[in-house]
Amino acid sequence: MAEMIWLVPLLPLLSSVLLMLGSASFPRLLIAVLGVGSVASAALLTMSIGMDFLADPQPFQMTLWTWMQVGNFSPGIAFYFDGLTLVMMSVITGVGFLIHLFSTEFMEQDSSYARYFAYLNMFVAAMLVLVMADNLLLLYLGWEGVGVCSYLLVGFWYQNSANGQAARKAFVVTRIGDTAMALGLFLLFTELGTLNIQGLVGAANQQWQVGDTLPLIACLLLLGGAVGKSAQLPLHTWLPDAMAGPTPVSALIHAATMVTAGVYLIARTHGLFLLAPTAMMVVAVIGLATSLMAAFTALMQSDIKRILAYSTISQIGYMFLALGVGAWAAGIFHLMTHAFFKALLFLGSGAIIHYLHHEHNIFKMGGLRSKMPVTFWSFMIGSAALAALPMTSGFFSKDQILLQAYQLPGAGPWLWLGGLLGALLTAVYSFRLVFVVFFGEAKTQTEGDTGWRMAVPLVVLCTLSLIGGYFVIPLDQVFPASSGDHPAHWVEYVSISVPLAGVLLAYLIFHSGQLNVDRLVNSSIGQSLRQFWHSGWGIDWLYDVLLVRPYYQLSRLMKGEPVDAFYSLVVALNQTFNHWLAESQTGRMRWYVASMVAGLILLLTMALQISLEAG
Amino acid sequence: MDGLNIPLNHILLVSTLLFSIGMLGLMIRRNIIFILMSLEVMLNAAALAFVAAGAHWGQPDGQVIFLLILSVAAAEVAVGLGLVLQVQRRFKTLDMDDANRMRG
Amino acid sequence: MLEITLFYIAATIALVATVLAMTRANAIHALIYLIVSLLAVAVIFFLIGAPFAAALEIVIYAGAIMVLFVFVIMMLNLGEEGDARERGLLQPKIWAGPALLSLLLFAELLYMISTIEGPVSSQEVTAKEVGLALFGPYVLAVEIAAMLLLAGLVGSYHLGRRYLEREE
Repeated sequence: MAEMIWLVPLLPLLSSVLLMLGSASFPRLLIAVLGVGSVASAALLTMSIGMDFLADPQPFQMTLWTWMQVGNFSPGIAFYFDGLTLVMMSVITGVGFLIHLFSTEFMEQDSSYARYFAYLNMFVAAMLVLVMADNLLLLYLGWEGVGVCSYLLVGFWYQNSANGQAARKAFVVTRIGDTAMALGLFLLFTELGTLNIQGLVGAANQQWQVGDTLPLIACLLLLGGAVGKSAQLPLHTWLPDAMAGPTPVSALIHAATMVTAGVYLIARTHGLFLLAPTAMMVVAVIGLATSLMAAFTALMQSDIKRILAYSTISQIGYMFLALGVGAWAAGIFHLMTHAFFKALLFLGSGAIIHYLHHEHNIFKMGGLRSKMPVTFWSFMIGSAALAALPMTSGFFSKDQILLQAYQLPGAGPWLWLGGLLGALLTAVYSFRLVFVVFFGEAKTQTEGDTGWRMAVPLVVLCTLSLIGGYFVIPLDQVFPASSGDHPAHWVEYVSISVPLAGVLLAYLIFHSGQLNVDRLVNSSIGQSLRQFWHSGWGIDWLYDVLLVRPYYQLSRLMKGEPVDAFYSLVVALNQTFNHWLAESQTGRMRWYVASMVAGLILLLTMALQISLEAG
Repeated sequence: MDGLNIPLNHILLVSTLLFSIGMLGLMIRRNIIFILMSLEVMLNAAALAFVAAGAHWGQPDGQVIFLLILSVAAAEVAVGLGLVLQVQRRFKTLDMDDANRMRG
Repeated sequence: MLEITLFYIAATIALVATVLAMTRANAIHALIYLIVSLLAVAVIFFLIGAPFAAALEIVIYAGAIMVLFVFVIMMLNLGEEGDARERGLLQPKIWAGPALLSLLLFAELLYMISTIEGPVSSQEVTAKEVGLALFGPYVLAVEIAAMLLLAGLVGSYHLGRRYLEREE
């Protein structure tokens, strides 16, 4: 089966091209079959390749052709397949298939049905290229490909200019990170002479010592790309706005797959990061800071999708924390479980939004428990997994991260404490969402619960969110083994109990009302803090003031072309003089003669003056 | 005869006067034939100055330059009169103020 | 003494004839005065010991060049109304400005020659000496003059030929 691997990205790509070319004439059923079928067959292929791999876990490399040949630089269209690739491919094709299926019902009323599936299929293809790439250049191709698809899908409903704005923001902000990453690639190539990932890591280990400056710089540049793509501080501002796209898109791109590309990149190049402990520390700190910042912000949002967006940022922060402390496998494991439960939550919110006439404000919902049972249970399970309640998938992955963070010598316990605070907040905001939306009084009319095409993905993802923690992912060969010893038992107990406390807190505040926080919230400090957190810690405002508005002002200034003003002045002067001189061209010969005589007199006078002075 | 010879600066004075008169004529006349005549007068004045200077030193160089000026004058008149014919044909006048097609 | 007297007479004739030439309305009259002026200058040449230059002045200037003028004026046939028109243009307001300029230039030139002293040599510079100088150190200038005359020949032929062709 392994030699069929090139078909996996090709199928969605072909379908995308077909849909783009024939979108006007295809009937809806054909579009749906093409769109879903291509991803489904890619998923099946991945599954069978994965079966083979699990039976005989041997990484392999496959070169299709040489992409280009410049000097000694010859990146190929080549795929590399190991446990990490398998995990990522499974998530992309599996979750991708479910979301495609969900979309067939969600987007049914939309007039641009084919365009939607064309973009979505192209995204899946690009994402597969990203994770399967054998060299960093091909990875970069996929990386930019998913960026383009993200742009296209965020701005899918482009008739509304706000959506276009959000899409541009997503594109431009990630571009900052991408530029850093491109610089990183240049640096790696000039220093190591190859972009092949395996060769790169090998060469780096030969040339560089742990703690050298060059690997640090290279890692920080790669981290810049990862931070942009994965919406981490300080480049996270695009993700909440990217919720302007259709909800299944948010589920697929902005929760399950694309935003985790940064995590994948760091995990894939972990050999380099091991050479730069400082860079790893930076990764961990960025992850933790982002996770806490986003958790606080999520607590204050009232738009259901923005809550989920900030929770995504927060969860990816956890993955970064895991990568930063060297818990590679735990980070990837969390990536996988997060893909399950966050896709579940997004699809659930999509169902709610779909059947509530595009209502996003959670305080206008309420009491949906009995009206939308499928959605309710998916949200319950998804939130439980998100909050890392025991026995759910999120519990296993997050627990691993926290325990391994604790074991990091030095800063470990502090990272662990920060992670715990994040876990508490996660539990509070996720169950705040559940209590506000599904309990209490009904405030809006619904149109019934989901149809089967929506229900099936929800149910499957529910199951995955519940049992995902028991999956054993084949990463032993990919990453260096983490230390086997366990920390003291109390650490584990605390890690388990904190989310439960969070749920309890959420229950007391948002459901039973026994814990009244109105006074606290309404105090002046509470108000301003609330405002501050609600605005995402003012970072958007800060960027607006620091970068966007000065840029606009600069461009307004430059519109008048002040640099050219000097040269325009030269031109204007010349034109004026020309005008004057042209006036003197009367065409009268006597005038010319008189001018010449006047000039002659002038010259003669000067000559006389000089001769007088000389002698 | 020494001391009774013609003073050089008197000759030069005549030359300068001729030159100025020629130039005045150049500036006040509008008829192209008079313009050419004025040029001849000026060239002649210059030639006079050269010959006088040559005579002052008793050298032939002044007359050599006179010859060159003569050839310049001859060539100039030949071309100038050819132009006069063309001007007359095209503008039906010899007045240079009316033939001012090159005004800016 | 005779030479000096003759020089002043010739100089006066030259100046008066030139002024008259510049102010005539009729081209032929002006031309006659110009010839008189040139002849007077030829006399001056003769008096300062340059008989060769004097002969050339008469033969080429007063002869050939002026005759060329006469031919052209005859060809153009300007007539009486041309004279009237020319007369009307010789107004003080027209020549006042140019006269001032000329006067200025003259004053400056006068100032420049005022420092020159000494008589011209009575020694005659013969045609032989001129010829030796001409084809000795000045042979390059002769070549240049020859080229200039050739250019003048070609130019005048070109201009005149087109004139004649169009007239036919």
